Amino acid sequence: MYNIVVYFALNYKGVLMNLSFSKEDQEFQQEVRTFIDQNYPSEIKEKQDQGIPLSKEDTVKWHKILNDKGWLAVNWPEELGGTGWTVTQKHIFQNELAAANTPTLMPFGVNMCGPVIYTFGSDEQKEFHLPKILNGDIWWCQGYSEPGSGSDLASLKTKAERKGDVYLVNGAKTWTTLAQHADWIFCLVRTDSSGKKQEGISFLLIDMKTPGVEVKPIITIDGTNEVNMVYFDNVEVPVTNLVGEEGFGWSIAKFLLAHERTGIAGIPSLKRELDRLRDITTQIQVGEGSLRDDAMFMSKLDRLEIKLTAAEYTELRTLAAMSAGGHPGPESSILKILGTDLQQELSDLFVEAVGYYAHPFMTEEDLASNESRIGPDFAATVMPHYLNYRKVSIYGGSNEIQRNVISKAVLGL
Amino acid sequence: MDFSLTEEQQLLQDSINQFIEREYTFDDRKKYLDSEKGFNEENWKTFGSLGWLGMPFSEDDGGYNGGPVDVMVIMENLGKALIVEPYVPSILLSGKILADLGSDEQKLNYLHPMISGEKITTFAYIEPQSRFNLSDCLTKATVSDDGYVLDGYKALVHNASASDTLIVSARTSGNQCDEKGISLFLLDVNSKGVSLRNYSTIDGGKASELTLENVSVPKDSLLGEIDAGFSTIENAIDLATLGICAEAVGIMGKMNEMTLEYTKTREQFEQKLSQFQALQHRMVDNFMHYEQSKSLLVMCAAKMNDNTEDKKKALASLKYQIGLSGKHIGEESIQLHGGMGVTDEMHIGHYFKRLTTIRTLYGNSDYHLSNYASL
Repeated sequence: MYNIVVYFALNYKGVLMNLSFSKEDQEFQQEVRTFIDQNYPSEIKEKQDQGIPLSKEDTVKWHKILNDKGWLAVNWPEELGGTGWTVTQKHIFQNELAAANTPTLMPFGVNMCGPVIYTFGSDEQKEFHLPKILNGDIWWCQGYSEPGSGSDLASLKTKAERKGDVYLVNGAKTWTTLAQHADWIFCLVRTDSSGKKQEGISFLLIDMKTPGVEVKPIITIDGTNEVNMVYFDNVEVPVTNLVGEEGFGWSIAKFLLAHERTGIAGIPSLKRELDRLRDITTQIQVGEGSLRDDAMFMSKLDRLEIKLTAAEYTELRTLAAMSAGGHPGPESSILKILGTDLQQELSDLFVEAVGYYAHPFMTEEDLASNESRIGPDFAATVMPHYLNYRKVSIYGGSNEIQRNVISKAVLGL
Repeated sequence: MDFSLTEEQQLLQDSINQFIEREYTFDDRKKYLDSEKGFNEENWKTFGSLGWLGMPFSEDDGGYNGGPVDVMVIMENLGKALIVEPYVPSILLSGKILADLGSDEQKLNYLHPMISGEKITTFAYIEPQSRFNLSDCLTKATVSDDGYVLDGYKALVHNASASDTLIVSARTSGNQCDEKGISLFLLDVNSKGVSLRNYSTIDGGKASELTLENVSVPKDSLLGEIDAGFSTIENAIDLATLGICAEAVGIMGKMNEMTLEYTKTREQFEQKLSQFQALQHRMVDNFMHYEQSKSLLVMCAAKMNDNTEDKKKALASLKYQIGLSGKHIGEESIQLHGGMGVTDEMHIGHYFKRLTTIRTLYGNSDYHLSNYASL
């Protein structure tokens, strides 16, 4: 009964899985490295390496450098300005950017609003917005959460009432990242309250300069103004700014959730930061030696590194499955949990490493000033970062929501 | 990058699963366990005829040229059914040592009949004081007129009572923990001066404490060079470590499956257990532990032929993770089964017991974490 199997066993030739990059991929990696080396502006690099907050101009500058090279909209269709790269190439590109510590670009335009517009938008919307997103001429922010709807996003109440050629928008959005710099906001708004709460939601593009739009800062526990409240008081939005049809907003929101989220774990940056912490341990004096001699601390670092390796290979397995034609479904939820866990644990180890010098409160202005910092340079940003990173397990669908997703979509519960 | 199995590896996997479905129900397994040898000899011969026993060995040695990935495929799938046949002690440990060090004649007499399933050899190297240190060896071999004389004590020799031959590590020079000075000997289990105290292990296996008193072995029982056995021991333990980690991943996957199934059937407070969010999230965490373990397993299998440091680092990461995730999934699965989880009747507890012994086997998480730190 095992005839076939016996035959195969006699003709067996074992093969090793292949973890290495192909020759083409290695060449590509070199090309990316050379490009970063030659084009990453030194004044931005200096700020990044010293943990000095970047200005909007710095970020836009890097955005434009990537766009001029054609390497900004990595995931877009080629004919619209995308790269046409393979999954492995995209992975290499992200790794190299992170290793060089280049500025993190805001995802709202290129990774979120862009794909929504080229997938669901009208020809006019495509023509007007896509080039401006690529050029960095329009800075987008995201209007999803509301004071009354956090994890239960579909319960949102910001209302858009059709009045002739315009929608009259009233309500409030919260946790709006960098709204103070944004030119436009894409919003989920309620156009119908009669049926199921998901069905009455629409996707609207709003110019932030429209009368009645007001941005108020939210100061977070790290002392910074990263997020904001955005209020809408009788804001008139042309109906041509509706993406898709009325009531189609929830489908777009789901499209965005599933769209290109494998990078969400931030593995490449984690690797860079973990290596940096390892270096720092030799610079922190403890008695006659350094923190590197503290076996208890180093053991935590080792544990974290193994966990990171496991997450990295989980991501690679997902990427490999995608290359073979699969889809990044609920796996991105796993990566979100793993990645954000690691980000938080690592930020905590940094705090632990610098000891008392995590205590001085350094504002963004202090960090940007020329005055010398209190304590070692590397210590100044550690506590704000730890505090700021409490957000990562909360945003983008809290880690509890991600567990609900896995529970339903993977475990079938 | 490619993590997929080749067509042949896929076939290998299918053949194991077919075998398990036909010949290895839980009741079958119980019968095998209760037998004197602790496993089924017919099964073992079937493994031989299906090519599983020869998989890790070269064609010249009578094997099928399989690599670490093939070992992974075999062990992961055997793990799903808690197979008790002695694949690890006989094939991955003794077989690997014979393949690395055996002379043509030794291979002909011991490795070839092992691959065909006719003979079983096990490896005696653990000592009561050695814990996980592979170079801690007090058992002594002294040169005699016509060979060597062995004296000493070995602990937890798996499947010794069912074996025809033992490979014994013994010190021929140096101090207790020196890497140099350890030699490996082939020993007929019925030799004068060999005594076995046989027992069952908690995970359903069989093992023995081995006493060697003035045991004479001929000159040609030495494997390889005198004093130079350590690196071979290390390599064999490395392969076996990959093997039991794959087995553990198979077990963890199966435990997650069984736990999900159980919570979908069991009702409390007019609800299926699977509908309670507090339990759902714990099962998600179990699933993530499994994925993390599987990722490191695949990485490690692919790195087994790399340079020594990469391989060692991969193995240390993997075994550390298996210890961690094995504890998490094991204990959580029992808890999620409630009172039923601690009954002998339910399968889950048997998987838990094997997973728990694997955590210690070839070094626990602490041991591997400190290995990792030293690399």
